[in-house]
Amino acid sequence: MQAETQSAPHHTAHQAHPDDLGFWRTYVFSIDHKVIGVQYAITALTFLLFGFFLMLMMRWQIARPGEPIPIVGSLLAAVLGDVAANGVMSPDLYNSFGAMHGTIMVFLAIVPLAVGAFGNYLVPIQIGANDMAFPKLNMMSYQLYFLGGVIMLTSFFIPGGAAQAGWTSYSPLATSIPTDGQTFWLIGMVFLITSSLLGSVNIITTIIQLRAPGLTWMRLPFHVWAQFTASFLLLLAFPPLETAGILQLMDKLAGTSFFLPTGLAIGGKLADVSGGGSPLLWQHLFWFLAHPEVYVLILPAMGIIAEVIACNTRKPLWGYRSLVYSALMIGFISFLVWAHHMYLTGMGTKIATFFQTTTMIISIPSVIILTCLLISLWGGSIRFNTPMLFALAFLPMFGIGGLTGLPLGFSASDIHLHDTYYVIGHFHYVVAPGTIFALFAGIYFWFPKITGRHMSEYWGRVHFWGSLLFMNLIFMPMFIQGMAGMLRRMSDGAVQYSELRVEGVTGTLSSTIIGLNQFILWAAAGLLLAQIPFIINFFWSIRHGQKVASDNPWEATTLEWQTPTPPPHGNFLRPPQVYRGPYEYSVPGYPKDFVPQDQPPG
Amino acid sequence: MRNFLNLPPLASEHGQGVDNLLSYLHWLMVVLFVGWLIYFLFTLWRFNHKRNQKADYLGVRNHASSYLEVTVAGIEAALLLFVAIPLWAQRVDAFPSEEESTVLYISAQQFAWNARYAGADGTFGGQDMRFVSDTNVFGVDPEDAAGKDDVQVLNEIHVPVNKPVIAYISSKDVIHSFKVPAMRVTQDATPGLRIPIWFKPTKEGRFQIYCAQLCGNGHASMSQGFLVVESPEAYQQWLDSKVGAATSFE
Repeated sequence: MQAETQSAPHHTAHQAHPDDLGFWRTYVFSIDHKVIGVQYAITALTFLLFGFFLMLMMRWQIARPGEPIPIVGSLLAAVLGDVAANGVMSPDLYNSFGAMHGTIMVFLAIVPLAVGAFGNYLVPIQIGANDMAFPKLNMMSYQLYFLGGVIMLTSFFIPGGAAQAGWTSYSPLATSIPTDGQTFWLIGMVFLITSSLLGSVNIITTIIQLRAPGLTWMRLPFHVWAQFTASFLLLLAFPPLETAGILQLMDKLAGTSFFLPTGLAIGGKLADVSGGGSPLLWQHLFWFLAHPEVYVLILPAMGIIAEVIACNTRKPLWGYRSLVYSALMIGFISFLVWAHHMYLTGMGTKIATFFQTTTMIISIPSVIILTCLLISLWGGSIRFNTPMLFALAFLPMFGIGGLTGLPLGFSASDIHLHDTYYVIGHFHYVVAPGTIFALFAGIYFWFPKITGRHMSEYWGRVHFWGSLLFMNLIFMPMFIQGMAGMLRRMSDGAVQYSELRVEGVTGTLSSTIIGLNQFILWAAAGLLLAQIPFIINFFWSIRHGQKVASDNPWEATTLEWQTPTPPPHGNFLRPPQVYRGPYEYSVPGYPKDFVPQDQPPG
Repeated sequence: MRNFLNLPPLASEHGQGVDNLLSYLHWLMVVLFVGWLIYFLFTLWRFNHKRNQKADYLGVRNHASSYLEVTVAGIEAALLLFVAIPLWAQRVDAFPSEEESTVLYISAQQFAWNARYAGADGTFGGQDMRFVSDTNVFGVDPEDAAGKDDVQVLNEIHVPVNKPVIAYISSKDVIHSFKVPAMRVTQDATPGLRIPIWFKPTKEGRFQIYCAQLCGNGHASMSQGFLVVESPEAYQQWLDSKVGAATSFE
């Protein structure tokens, strides 16, 4: 009804737009939140693929240490020189790739995709606003992010290569490695953090100030609440890391000792530092950001899942208020759990008890959110399209990620599991088949609104089943390896700790455990294959996908579906007025099984 | 559950507690996950749009899930209060007396483990950060007579069986982590800090020491360290065979 009537005027609006501003101001230096959202999405997806490639090369080295990397080995040797001599990954290069895999995935791929892309594109439309509150700040946020990414990428090609001290960059290691990688990393981080701060201020202000008439707080789509909370986390948790980054930069460049203690003797001679600093201080400042950052990853993902599930079950979310309060509770408590990453630095009983307690408490709202989403399925009329498949798979996958956090959250059981592959399995279940699946769900779900065309359903399913299978084949064995004691960040896949190396030693790793590295390598190759349908589908569908029949192809209720497709500059043809909550599906007494938020009563 | 988890062999007194906690937690995880999964798969089958054309506006009307959540939170709280915290307190607070224990200082470096014993007189020579140098890993006071017979070893760390070990863990360069899986001990070795740990080995043998914290490009090769647990006689013989003096092995 409304949908068809809006399609006609939109074409003129869309075509008028580029003529007004020209190419550069429309697509490159745009201040339109939708264009910026798409810029974020394309850049972040590129980084996501790049971060995955780094890990593929590392998985080769882990499974077959010392063997030349196939296909790209000679290229690496030619471009990077000694660190990849003969196409073999040296420990230095392994450490670089490891540090940059983490950095790129967290700061350049997933957060920008979740907050930069989905937050930017969807939040203003979902609240019925014309644009962000500060469009130019928004543009600046993307540009700083882009520059930060360029700095990070450039660092691969400087002498000595990129940062090597892990994405956690613990001092003194970070400042003691005699190459400039860490300097680039820190400067890049300052750009990325500044970008996040500008973005988060914008999202918060937009949600508080620009909601459409009638769109009260409890009528906001859960996705908006999730973005709101995530932005507060970014705003409050990132400044300490930005400060810490600058302090570490001073340690590296200006000879200060913020994180360097007295009596350091590095590489056989007394380090030339004044000392008196504390390596633990860096860890506190780092994790004070990095734990809330986990929730910056997961909250928008949960928001996306909530939208997709409500629409495809054709019923309201169960426990909307519980969802909202849980998200806010997660937001608050996420500032109180950071030191559970540091149990084994030498923590006393009181502090350990505090952080274990807060860690158990924060699991409660997470469980409530997951439970609400699971219960929302009951009584639904579930449509199994590609976005819904990804959204449904998120639930058990995130469940595994959350549950395996339990033995890590207790300091006593963390003694055995700390820094093992169990940790790797745990947080990858949260982030990869968890958050990334949610982001895929979001891409398939909103693609028709953004481009006016559907992605292929068939290839979407191929992508889904391949990804689900291979993600589990990659990450499930890591729990087994971790439980057996295999540690992360070993540039040779832990063969030095193999039972075969020396006889008569207890506590070494069996050949089976180390052999799983081969299995994971091939599963990772399979995951790469499973992404090919997605990449082709994505680009092919922009021009050749099936055209949407209406502006609201999924028959959804929230405001972004009540706009022309794609939404023109300014989003709405007339200012929307909101009359009801976000998930009025299958309301008794209505002819259709959905009632849009802006449909007048009666 | 312990067999299912395939934990490494255990050779310390407190390790059983760690393993038990791991078992309890994994039971809880398995029960919760399987329960959720059965509900989840049944719901997907039962409420497929082909089977259920019209969705129910209200959905679930009871609050069984709230009771479930409270139960889970209760189990977590009980594990925390009665298992995890006492276990941790015993690790970090209830140290045995040094007279009844084997006391040693462990200092990590890129990429090896140094250990220091009090020697025949049972007294450590004074240590101070001012004396740390490339040839004096621990910063032993060269003037202190008590330090003359102190024994320093590299990578081969011997202790007697069935007697508590107190080890002061530190590092001279970057952060390492002293991990002996069979003893269920892990402690970050942080430069500038000296953190004591204790454990009681209950089995003789040669146990692998892991470095559990990224410490540079030789991190994966920092695998030459072994904790050798032997009879008191063999231990004493070994210690006597070592020449006292604060020497370095670099």
